Amino acid sequence: MTPASITDVTDRWPGWGQVLDTLTLQAGFNTTVVIVGTTLLGIAAGVIGAFALLRKRALMADALSHATLPGVCLAFLVLGAFGVAARSLPLLLLGAAATGVLGLLCIHLLLRHTRLREDAAIGIVLSVFFGAGVVLLSVIQSRPTGNQGGLSHFIYGQTAAMSRGDAAFMATIAALAVLAALLLAKEFAVVCFDDGFAAVAGLPVVAIDLVLMTLVVLVTVTGLQAVGLLLVVALLVIPAAAARFWTERLWLLLVLAAAIGGLSGYLGASMSALLPRKPAGAVIVLTAGAVFACSMLAAPNRGVLAAAIRILRTRLRVASEHLLEVLYERERLAPAGGAVDIRRIAVARGWPGWRANLVAMLLSRRGLVERRGRGLALTGLGRAAGARVSRNHRLWEQYLVTHAEIAPSHVDWSADQVEHVLSEPLVRELEAALRAQGIDVPAARGGMEGATA
Amino acid sequence: MSADDAARRSLAGPQSGSASSHAPIGRPRSVLDARPEHSADSPLSVHAMTVAYHRKPVLWDVDYDAPPAALIAIVGPNGAGKSTFIKACMDLVPRASGRVEFWGLPWRKARQRVGYVPQRESVDWDFPVSALDVVCMGRYRRIGWFRPVGKADRAAAIGCLERVGMAELAHRQISQLSGGQQQRVFLARALAQDSDLYFMDEPFAGVDAATERAIVTVLRELKAQGRSVICVHHDLQTVAEYFDDVLMLNMRVVAAGPVAQVFTRENLHKTYGGRLTLLVEASEAVARAGQQP
Repeated sequence: MTPASITDVTDRWPGWGQVLDTLTLQAGFNTTVVIVGTTLLGIAAGVIGAFALLRKRALMADALSHATLPGVCLAFLVLGAFGVAARSLPLLLLGAAATGVLGLLCIHLLLRHTRLREDAAIGIVLSVFFGAGVVLLSVIQSRPTGNQGGLSHFIYGQTAAMSRGDAAFMATIAALAVLAALLLAKEFAVVCFDDGFAAVAGLPVVAIDLVLMTLVVLVTVTGLQAVGLLLVVALLVIPAAAARFWTERLWLLLVLAAAIGGLSGYLGASMSALLPRKPAGAVIVLTAGAVFACSMLAAPNRGVLAAAIRILRTRLRVASEHLLEVLYERERLAPAGGAVDIRRIAVARGWPGWRANLVAMLLSRRGLVERRGRGLALTGLGRAAGARVSRNHRLWEQYLVTHAEIAPSHVDWSADQVEHVLSEPLVRELEAALRAQGIDVPAARGGMEGATA
Repeated sequence: MSADDAARRSLAGPQSGSASSHAPIGRPRSVLDARPEHSADSPLSVHAMTVAYHRKPVLWDVDYDAPPAALIAIVGPNGAGKSTFIKACMDLVPRASGRVEFWGLPWRKARQRVGYVPQRESVDWDFPVSALDVVCMGRYRRIGWFRPVGKADRAAAIGCLERVGMAELAHRQISQLSGGQQQRVFLARALAQDSDLYFMDEPFAGVDAATERAIVTVLRELKAQGRSVICVHHDLQTVAEYFDDVLMLNMRVVAAGPVAQVFTRENLHKTYGGRLTLLVEASEAVARAGQQP
């Protein structure tokens, strides 16, 4: 699959057989090792990233990954100076980890000894270290041996450049990180939730934080070659953030984040194997991003759609109750009035016509109102519901006037909101409070509730 | 020293603090000796503690000895250093000077016996754990490193939730709880620590009536078991009803002792009313001096 020349930018699309072989890990040993390595990296990043996110350290991880570039370059130069010709991934990553940690240390010192806030400190360290890395990279590339290292792959990531040994090394580090995180899950959780309490309970908070950041460093530098330092932070943040939409349980969060991270790594590396000119890092991140978008939209409780539906339902319920209340009040004031024109209801509530029609349609379907041409009338069921809302409204008004000493002219809006949320026990408490003041609870005539009041 | 005191002392833990009342006069005396009220049965002894944030002192030379088995309120206006005081006692914020002892022991040796209820707002409640998980955190110290939370620990945690009337909500996610229920979860977690001295930071702040009753009941149980509780408290109306002793703070100790003797109109005026402009100005001058090169 070597392109004919550097200007040959057209990819040949792989056939289905090739795609299937790659996804089922049958596209040759090397490809398989790379895919397995990247998948394990995704799993590790998901688990460690979940803790980093809960500890609110996501941006720290970004600064850390940018700060690794000068380390990679320095390690390459030092190795060159000692005459080591072969590129050694573990040694390059050691350099990456060294400057990464140095970057974190700089952030810590800036925060401690200046009045800079965290965002500013992170921005400064991130850009200065990355700048230093870019300069070193250009120094290396101006040398005759410069391109041997493939150092630029560390910026965007390229799984195709990975050797079998590299992938095995990545897999080992990832497995170690996951093991450490699971062993320390309990301690990480308490430090992430409440570090003050953890300190009083005798846990070495600083040491635990250090271990967590060390794991973040390990995952970051391990992911450098596959994902690239610009995007490796996404592998830490996105799977965990996506998983958070689905669960309120920590262990499930860890499992889901690992699954999403692993899936992203697997798909990303597979596509990179099939289309060698596409950087794996971007594909991995886009996969994770797609899972995140789906989670954000579709998750049952925390998802955006679920929230929108909840809000819509509440609004409809409130509107229905308002309509029943209007009808009930009209009926009470003019018992022989018959049906009320729907347009007059809309005017009374300040609604556009379609809204009044929509609510009326829903209510008639539930058998609470009857449509009579353009008019609406309460059914027995609807009358009881209207009476209850009306009564809640007056109860709350009376309570505000007598107990909160609010002027009667100011209580209507508040009562309009509260009448829909008063539960049975609250209503009983209100009645008792008013009765204790010798106030006659306003009766709701005609309704079932009213009859018992 | 009364017979009662002596009896209590013999019941108390290690007697490392020397019996100060026997120190001969006329000889150079240690700080401990100079403080006749100090003794090893005091759950908390603070000597000349000064605390500064960014070099700006917020507490000046605090001396305090807590009586054993008592419910103690710390009162004072905003910015008086109430929370800072308890945090500095537990080494959560660094002290500029001074010494803190628990039953005559340093924090390092005494922390096993000290529990903590932080301010409710100090944590992010949108955290993926249940009420029961949070209470289990109170037992992590006992469970030890690398081990999972066991059945016995869960049962103990449920027991603590029962004591604050929250057993039915054990499996609810903590962000779904009301403010008062969250406060009770924090209290249950402290109970799970099974400590002899508790620091609580505004446990009554913004809670409903049911929670307030539950907390008071638990405080009285703790006292009946011979434990001590030191609460940062903001509601002056309830100090006399809920607490035995009071520490009145406003950057320095204004008064400390039994509520009946100390919680007077005059001391309240000194704590809240008279602005100690000199202390405030001195603090700011110290902070400014620190910023200048």
